[in-house]
Amino acid sequence: MSLASVGNSTTASAERRAVSLEFRDVSKQYGRDGAAAVERLSFTVPAGAVCALVGPSGCGKTTSLKMVNRLIEPTGGEILLDGEDIMRRDVTELRRGIGYVIQQVGLFPHLTVAENVAVVPSLEGWPRDRQAARTAELLALVGLDPAAYARRFPSQLSGGERQRVGVARALAADPPLMLMDEPFAAVDPIARERLQDEFLRLQRELAKTILFVTHDIDEAVKMGDLIAVMNQGRLVQFGAPDAILARPASDFVAALVGADRGLKRLSLRTVGDLAPEAIGRQTLDGLPRFAPGTKLRDALSALLAADTRGGVALDGQGGARGLVTVDAIASALNDAPPDHAR
Amino acid sequence: MDIVTATLTWLTDPANWQGPNGIPSRLAEHVALSGASLVAAALIALPLGLFIGHTGRFSWLIASSANAWRALPSFAVIGLLVPFTTLVDPREGFTLYPTLLAMIVLAGPPLLVNSYQGVASVDRDLVEAARGMGMTGPQILRRLEIPIALPVIGTGVRLAAVQVIATATLGSVFGFGGLGRYIVIGEDTQNTGQEFGGVVLVATLALVTFGAFTLIERRLVSPGLSGTVK
Amino acid sequence: MSTGEPFVRWDWIGDHLGAIADRVGQSLQLAAIAVVLGFVISFALATIAIRRRRLYAPIVVAATVAYTIPSFALFAALVSITGLTTVTAEVPLVLYTLVLLVPNIVAGFDSVPPEVLDAANGMGFSRAQRWRRVELPLAVPLIVAGVRLATVSTIGLVTVSAIIGNSFGGLGYYILDGYHRGFSTEILVGGSLSIVLAVAADVAFVALQRVLTPWARARAAVR
Repeated sequence: MSLASVGNSTTASAERRAVSLEFRDVSKQYGRDGAAAVERLSFTVPAGAVCALVGPSGCGKTTSLKMVNRLIEPTGGEILLDGEDIMRRDVTELRRGIGYVIQQVGLFPHLTVAENVAVVPSLEGWPRDRQAARTAELLALVGLDPAAYARRFPSQLSGGERQRVGVARALAADPPLMLMDEPFAAVDPIARERLQDEFLRLQRELAKTILFVTHDIDEAVKMGDLIAVMNQGRLVQFGAPDAILARPASDFVAALVGADRGLKRLSLRTVGDLAPEAIGRQTLDGLPRFAPGTKLRDALSALLAADTRGGVALDGQGGARGLVTVDAIASALNDAPPDHAR
Repeated sequence: MDIVTATLTWLTDPANWQGPNGIPSRLAEHVALSGASLVAAALIALPLGLFIGHTGRFSWLIASSANAWRALPSFAVIGLLVPFTTLVDPREGFTLYPTLLAMIVLAGPPLLVNSYQGVASVDRDLVEAARGMGMTGPQILRRLEIPIALPVIGTGVRLAAVQVIATATLGSVFGFGGLGRYIVIGEDTQNTGQEFGGVVLVATLALVTFGAFTLIERRLVSPGLSGTVK
Repeated sequence: MSTGEPFVRWDWIGDHLGAIADRVGQSLQLAAIAVVLGFVISFALATIAIRRRRLYAPIVVAATVAYTIPSFALFAALVSITGLTTVTAEVPLVLYTLVLLVPNIVAGFDSVPPEVLDAANGMGFSRAQRWRRVELPLAVPLIVAGVRLATVSTIGLVTVSAIIGNSFGGLGYYILDGYHRGFSTEILVGGSLSIVLAVAADVAFVALQRVLTPWARARAAVR
């Protein structure tokens, strides 16, 4: 994986092959008789997918993340990046090829924003003008005007701004894999939601392989294509968010996802996904109207508040497509049995 | 003649500005020897302190060094060295070596302790972020820890510089050259103008050194660190 | 040093034990006066600096300036003004303690967590009670650290006051006299005892710190 071949534009980088990440029976044991922090962890994150590692404190999720860039060395099993065992690679070269974002961001206080973003490129010896071009590109990508922000220092930024710079810094050398350790936890909830939405937009554009750790199940459901639930060092369930919400593998997972998991699943679908009922001859006046992108959960909430049986599902141009009823929304949940499988 | 007049007369007398006993040559002597001692001490103490701060090993050296420095009066150090240095060289060992050695020894601890503290107090999260990005140990020291530690290291250098100048001044009591000689000779010969001229010169040198190092530090330290950028 | 003469003349030491003890006493006395006076002045200055923050920087700068001036110069200058008196010896010693004590006292009071003060106010402490029962005890560790620093450094500086005259300087007298007479025994006695005295003071203060802050001790024990 030669970083020298990185292009200057995001379209060029999107064309670069993203890589798969595989854990094979990975373990971490401290001392000979100590308890295992991670035990026989096995799952695969396909190229271009976002995988959330979620679980209670001490479940081993951060340890697992840090084994990928070898900040912690595994004591058992293999981790394969693009099919290659990471233990065979030079540690420094491995880390330069992985974007690493941590909760406290860790921006270097003595460097400007631009200098912070360009850290890895400068370590790699990129020419100055290429560093500058890439920095400007990335700052714009994360929503910070380069002209305004490049020469500022971290002490002058808000928490949300710092986190954006941290993401830009991790993306600088265009790594195919990103590791994120509770990246949005240190930010207030409003900024956090904005950052999450922006991150999803970025991911649609860049299609990187991402492994991120969070203790917030809602964040995992919102941001992850796949979720790995861990408890006490072991993988307890692995799958798409909807699958985990619909069929929690154990009481533990059910408790983790919460008793409102049915409603959570409704956040994963939109009105546009439903087949609407025919309108027939009833009047549409006064009924709530839903754009195709409205989440089912929000639609249900609106219908209950308006105390009507149904609302109008719109098409992309604002015309009426059909009726959406409370029953129709409820039955959208019915492709899975209500009891969890053991 | 009162003290102020006597001092001014002495300071403005052109005869005092010439020759080996003149102000310029004594000043040069004082500054040169102080500078040399500072550099000598820094060559050992700074790398050592940076190493201990970066790796965390041998940290006991720091605490014992700090304690030793506090408890070692410079007057006693110079005096104690005299019997030993005169064994090496009866002439220079009586005048130059004891003070010079004392200057180096006493400059060490501030440099050592401060360079250690500067590096050791860098936020560990930053160091981990740097490691995760693929910086090697030396790169972390050079690009992250030292720049962030500069304010504290700078304070240590300034402290050591002032210490060295003061020790050199004191050394005049033990035969050392430099500006302190004016005070010693002036007192011996009851030449108030010379004595206080020496006092003024020494005090000025010390304060100028303090100010100079403060200014240098301000230029070298990144504005993002000092909090003046807000 | 004259050749042929042994390094240490133990007989001389034996003959002069009384005088040496006197000098040790003088060192301690001069240092004690300086530290006590210095503490009183520093405490007053620190209190002013805490009430009016803007005065803190000028006070520290002034104290630093005083400290930067080499002790030798200051002692010599004062002899001509205040003569061969204890005042001459004490003024520089007191001045040098200020730069060590004022910042430490201020830091001591600053180190009291604001939430503790809030709680005390909420419980109904009067201002004076809060100061005496909450702020002062919590400020003690840093204040004692400052006094420790000042004491050890003052004991060292006392030796320099020997340049004022033979009746001063404490143990420093032996260093200077030994140098002028080429008598290494005297130097070694004066020098090594000065160091021993300073170290002993340091150790004594460490013990004092432990006694005055039992909660720090308890925390260490729990670990």
